[in-house]
Amino acid sequence: MAVIATKDTRLVVQGITGREGTFHALRNRDYGTNVVAGVTPGRAGQDVEGIPVFDAVVDAVEQQGANTALVIVPPRFAAEAILEAAEAGVAQIICITEGIPAHDMLEVYHYIRPRGIHLLGPNCPGALSPGIANIGIIPAEVFKPGPIGLMSRSGTLTYQIGGELAAKGLGNSTIIGLGGDPVIGTSFIDALDLFQADDETEFIVMVGEIGGNEEEKAAEVIAERITKPVVAYIAGFEAPPGKTMGHAGAIISGSAGTAAAKQEALEAKGVRVGTNPTEAAQIMADLVGNR
Amino acid sequence: MDLYEHQGKELFAKAGIAVAEGRIAFTVAEARAAAEELGGTVVVKSQVLVGGRGKAGGVKVVKDADAAEAAAEAILGLDIKGHITRRLLIERGVAIAKEYYVSITFDRSAKMPLLMLTTMGGMDVEDVAENHPDMLARLHVDPALGFRGFHGVQLMAAAGIPVDERKAVGAMLAQLYGVFEAEDAMLVEVNPLVFLDDGTLLAADAKVTIDDNALYRHPDVEAMRDLAAMDPQEQAARESHLAYVKLDGDVGILGNGAGLVMSTVDVIAQAGGRPANFLDVGGGASAEKITTALEIVLSNDKVNSVLFNIFGGITRCDEVAKGLLGALEATEIRAPIVVRLDGTNAEQGRALLTEAARPEITVEKTMLEAAATAVRLAKEAS
Repeated sequence: MAVIATKDTRLVVQGITGREGTFHALRNRDYGTNVVAGVTPGRAGQDVEGIPVFDAVVDAVEQQGANTALVIVPPRFAAEAILEAAEAGVAQIICITEGIPAHDMLEVYHYIRPRGIHLLGPNCPGALSPGIANIGIIPAEVFKPGPIGLMSRSGTLTYQIGGELAAKGLGNSTIIGLGGDPVIGTSFIDALDLFQADDETEFIVMVGEIGGNEEEKAAEVIAERITKPVVAYIAGFEAPPGKTMGHAGAIISGSAGTAAAKQEALEAKGVRVGTNPTEAAQIMADLVGNR
Repeated sequence: MDLYEHQGKELFAKAGIAVAEGRIAFTVAEARAAAEELGGTVVVKSQVLVGGRGKAGGVKVVKDADAAEAAAEAILGLDIKGHITRRLLIERGVAIAKEYYVSITFDRSAKMPLLMLTTMGGMDVEDVAENHPDMLARLHVDPALGFRGFHGVQLMAAAGIPVDERKAVGAMLAQLYGVFEAEDAMLVEVNPLVFLDDGTLLAADAKVTIDDNALYRHPDVEAMRDLAAMDPQEQAARESHLAYVKLDGDVGILGNGAGLVMSTVDVIAQAGGRPANFLDVGGGASAEKITTALEIVLSNDKVNSVLFNIFGGITRCDEVAKGLLGALEATEIRAPIVVRLDGTNAEQGRALLTEAARPEITVEKTMLEAAATAVRLAKEAS
């Protein structure tokens, strides 16, 4: 059944008339995702190659039965766009936008969470279930269908590991791009629980990076309630403290958030950690082979 | 964006928080003039974006303008953990009775602002947390509720602030939280927060970090950026909207995507090399963009070889190869470049590069092979 991106997805794309919005909405539709609507305020009644455009998400929900929103709007409008989708009643929101102020995301996070709405991102590449549906900007051609759930804070690093797995004949149930910001809607723990409950997923690959302590918290949860084998990779061992390494969330603060601390926490709970993406893919291939 | 002490204090003063009267000085003469204007005892403080100024000799309390001039002479140009002092804050001396510590951090883990308060002011807070954890009071604030009076009471009681001081400290906490919220801060730290002999409560230091993603709504803070203190490569990258971080090795690194580039930096180190930088060129593959990125990496004189690591997704490798060949036409390349193309249309991309037969380019298929070659070439050149 895969997770997040499924055959039941009815997608509304917020920002569909923008250059990126149009490009990815059509790409997602070409892949087989059921893209039922787009939203751009003031553009109601138009269409993007047959996808009807509405003024607001609530209209797309009422008239097209949208249940998942993809947010591709400029950063200063993105927090509001997420809240609009939440209020309109979609169950899942995937936000690609990079550069949303962290304080705005605090408000959004605490508004969304108690309402039971699932937010993925922001600053994430989306979710792809190979052969089923693609929501966001992940290049689907790199991946194959298979039993490995892949979750990551980095886009291209996910493609790198997915590509290495595919080269070994291995595929993925769902690839979940969690996002590179300090405040994100779906944590490693949330994604672990999704994969644990998913019948298609038999193995899990976790791709972390410096900053915060979500990998450490995930290590606890893996030991506590995840029965599927997990292999990890962490990026940023050579990163200097106090410098933002591309992602707003990839920063070592004082002595907190180092790659070494994350690796240690994971290994202490029996998770095997590859020293580079190639090694992580190889460890996973060995695990699948020995099944 | 990290702010200098005097810039943080500007934000404090705007919010009505008491700070000592001070002047900025870039030269010894300006420092002397500031000391004369303020009169009496002054404090001459190095303005650098790093902690530990006191221990490094970057803060001096002096009695008069002559001594201030001598102190300025000693501190201007002082290297504090690799940060050169280019500006001073000259402050009126104050009679300190007591020192506390207070901070508000953006706690990513709890996804809430975290207030910390201790009566052990003037010390390194990580030391207090480690050696006297019971002395460090912590309290999370629900961002939907914001800071309320009860938060202050709870925190001050836990920190052991005497009851007769709570009105003043509570008001200060509320004002600092106001700055944290209004300025989109990731950190507001006052160490020490001081009571003067006359009972006045004053922020004697200010460490403030503002969220880069929120600077669009704080043009006054953006204007505080000290471009002169920035590394030339980091400044050029900033102007071109590229994410660049200077490291101290000799293998230049560029690639697409923050995670992949971070990983490339690690892999260079694992292969026995020393990374010179982190540079994320992002999506797309225009010759112009690649030219700019290569020029920035190569403008660092230490760079002896370059690893260009691309995993093609929506941007196809053949497009990247064309972009790179265009870039080689547009700029002079003084060090060998190892190119690794993988992902969408990788074979076509590699074929284009092989056909072009540029002497400065070596094409590799995997990230690990490319790293090994880049490290070898850097060693040969050094």
